[in-house]
Amino acid sequence: MLWEAIKLAAMSIRRNALRSVLTLLGIVIGVGAVIAMVTIGSGASQQVQENLAKLGSNMLIVRPGQSTFGPGGNNDSRAFDERDSTALKANLSGVRGVAPSSQRNAKVVFGALNYDTTVTGTTADYFIVQDWTLKEGRVFSEGEERSGTTVCVIGSTIATELFGKADPLGERLRIGNFACEVIGLLESKGQSAFGTDQDSIVLLPLRTYHRRLAGNTRVSSINISVMEAADIPRVQRDAEDVLRERRRIAPGEEDNFTVRDMTQIANTMAATTTILTGLLGAVAAVSLLVGGIGIMNIMLVSVTERTREIGIRLAIGALERQVLTQFLVESIVLALFGGIIGIVTGLGLAAIAALFMDIPFSADPQVIALAFIVSAVIGVIFGYFPARRAARLDPIEALRRE
Amino acid sequence: MSEPTALVELKGIERHYGEGGGLVRALAGVDLAINRGEFIAIMGPSGSGKSTVMNIIGCLDRPSSGSFRFAGVDVTPLSRDQRALLRRNYLGFVFQGFNLLNRTTAIENVELPLIYRGMPKRERQEKAVRALHLVGLSGREHHTPGELSGGQQQRVAIARAIVTDPLLLLADEPTGNLDTARSHEIMELLIELNVERGITIVMVTHEPDMAAYAHRSIRFVDGLIAADDARKAA
Ligand SMILES: Nc1ncnc2c1ncn2[C@@H]1O[C@H](COP(=O)(O)OP(=O)(O)OP(=O)(O)O)[C@@H](O)[C@H]1O
Ligand SMILES: [Mg+2]
Repeated sequence: MLWEAIKLAAMSIRRNALRSVLTLLGIVIGVGAVIAMVTIGSGASQQVQENLAKLGSNMLIVRPGQSTFGPGGNNDSRAFDERDSTALKANLSGVRGVAPSSQRNAKVVFGALNYDTTVTGTTADYFIVQDWTLKEGRVFSEGEERSGTTVCVIGSTIATELFGKADPLGERLRIGNFACEVIGLLESKGQSAFGTDQDSIVLLPLRTYHRRLAGNTRVSSINISVMEAADIPRVQRDAEDVLRERRRIAPGEEDNFTVRDMTQIANTMAATTTILTGLLGAVAAVSLLVGGIGIMNIMLVSVTERTREIGIRLAIGALERQVLTQFLVESIVLALFGGIIGIVTGLGLAAIAALFMDIPFSADPQVIALAFIVSAVIGVIFGYFPARRAARLDPIEALRRE
Repeated sequence: MSEPTALVELKGIERHYGEGGGLVRALAGVDLAINRGEFIAIMGPSGSGKSTVMNIIGCLDRPSSGSFRFAGVDVTPLSRDQRALLRRNYLGFVFQGFNLLNRTTAIENVELPLIYRGMPKRERQEKAVRALHLVGLSGREHHTPGELSGGQQQRVAIARAIVTDPLLLLADEPTGNLDTARSHEIMELLIELNVERGITIVMVTHEPDMAAYAHRSIRFVDGLIAADDARKAA
C-alpha cells in the first residue's frame, strides 16, 4: 500500500515535472544553503582547529611591549633574555614547557644550493611547546644548549630544497658565516593560518643563535605551553607576576610586556564563524518556509485538479486515512526530491568554495541525514492540510465535479 | 411471498437539500425492498430522485430521515469509514460518466478497488485479468481510457465494479453515453452477471428498451415511487 502510494506520487510528480521543479526551488535553495554553509563552515572551523594545533595547544605567548596582535611590537620596551625564560620555567606550575625564541631571516647554504629562510634560536622546549615532531634525528641536548654548539634542526622544506632526496642528517649547513651540523629533521606542518610555510625553518640552540648570528642576547618572545586548558588564566596571571617582578614594575604601573592567550584568539575566530553560520541559517530557514508553502500550494492545486479521482477512490472504498496517506506521501516525496537536489547542490557549492577558499571539504553525513529528515518533515507539515482536504471530500460532490 | 432479510430495505427514506424556502425534497418518503438476485430498473423523469436513491443505497449518501438496512445491518448510524468499508466489500458502482482514472491503464483501473483491500499484486492482477475477460476486454488490459471506445470504457467500469465480487451492483445510467448496439451489449453483460454470478443489480435508465432487460421496473416521480411492477417470483 505504501509502495503503491510512493509509485503513484512519483507518477503524478513526473506528469507535472516543470511545475514540480519550480515549486521545489524553495526547498532546493533552503536545503542547499544549509548544506553548503554547514559544510563550508565545518571546513573552515576544521582549518581553525588545525591551525590551532599547528600553533601549539594551550599556548601563551609572552612578548615585550604592549603591542597589538602580530609580530614586531614596541621596540622601546626592554627585550627579554634567557634568564627571563629560565625564571618563568622555574616559577610556573602546570606547564608543559617554556621556550624562549628569537629569529631572523638568513640565507642557508649547502653545496651549490641556497635558500632564504627563518632561523630561530631556541631551546629543546620549543619542540614541545610548538608541537613539533621529529621525523629523524634528535633535538638539542642540554650540553649543546649550554655550550652553544653549532648544531641545527631543519624543517622539511629546507631538507627538500637543499638536500633533495639525500639524508641531511650529519651534513653541515652554512648559515651566514658559520656552519652547523644537521642533527634533526622535523615532520611537515604545512601552511600556517597566515599562509606562510611553517616548514621553512632552521632551529639553533639559543646561545648558538645569539653568539653566531644575532650578536646580542635578546629573546623576542617566550612561548609557554599550559597542560590543562582550564589552567591557562592562572598561568597567564602567574607569568605576569613573575615578569613584573623581574622587570621591577611598581604596583599600579602598566606592564611593558604582553602575555597573550592564543587559544582565546582562535576561539574568537571560531565564534565569528558561528555567528556567520547562524545568520545564513536564518536565511535558509526562511527559504525552507517558502519552500514548504510552495509545496502546500502545489498540493492544494493537485487536490483540486484531482477531485474526481479522489471521488472515485472514496466511492470504491478508500478510507479517509488511505487518501490522506496518498497525498501525504506525495508531498513527502516531492519535498524529499527537492531536499536531495538541495543536498547535491549544496555539496557542490561547498566543494567549489573549499577549492577557492583553500579549506578542507568535509561533508558531514549527519548534516546530510538531518537535511533529508527536515525535507521530509516539511513535506508532512505542509502536505497535511491539502491531504486532509482531499481525504474529507464528499465522494458524491467530488464525482460530480469535472 | 415474504423475504425475511431483504438485501436492501428502505423505509420512509427522505432526502432534503437546502433549507427554508429553497428546500428540495429529492426523496419524499421512499419504501423499497430489494431481494438478493433481483435485477431492477429504476426509471422516471429527470430530477425525480433516481440518482439520490442510488447514492443512498450505495452508502455514499445518508438519508435526512428514514431507515436503511443493508443485508440486515442498519446503515444510518455508521461512520464515513464504516460506510467506505461497506462499499469496498459489498458494493460495486458503475457511474454514468464511466469515472475511470485517466492516464491509467484498464487493468490498473480494475485493480484499484483490490488495492484498497490490501490484496497482493499477483492475486490482484489475476482477478483483474479475469474481470476484464468477463466483460470481453481481453487484450485491452494495458490501454488507457483515452485509447478505448465509450462502450469499452463502460466495460472497464463494469469490470472494476464486479472485480470484488460484490453483493450488489449499482449502475446509474450505464448506457447513457452509448449507441443502441453498444447499449444492448452492456445489457447482455449485466444479465449474464445477474444470472450466472448471482449479482443483484439496480440500474437507472431512461430507455424503456434497456429497462425491459430487468425483472422489475420501478418508476420515480417527484421523489416518490409512483409504480413498482414487482413480478412476484413463483
Ligand atoms: N447536491 C444537491 N444539492 C441540491 N439539490 C440537489 C442535489 N443533488 C440533487 N439535488 C436535487 O434533488 C433532486 C433529485 O436529483 P437526482 O439527481 O436524484 O435526480 P435524477 O432522478 O437522478 O435525475 P436525472 O435523470 O437528471 O439524473 C433534483 O431536484 C436535484 O436538483
Ligand atoms: Mg441521475
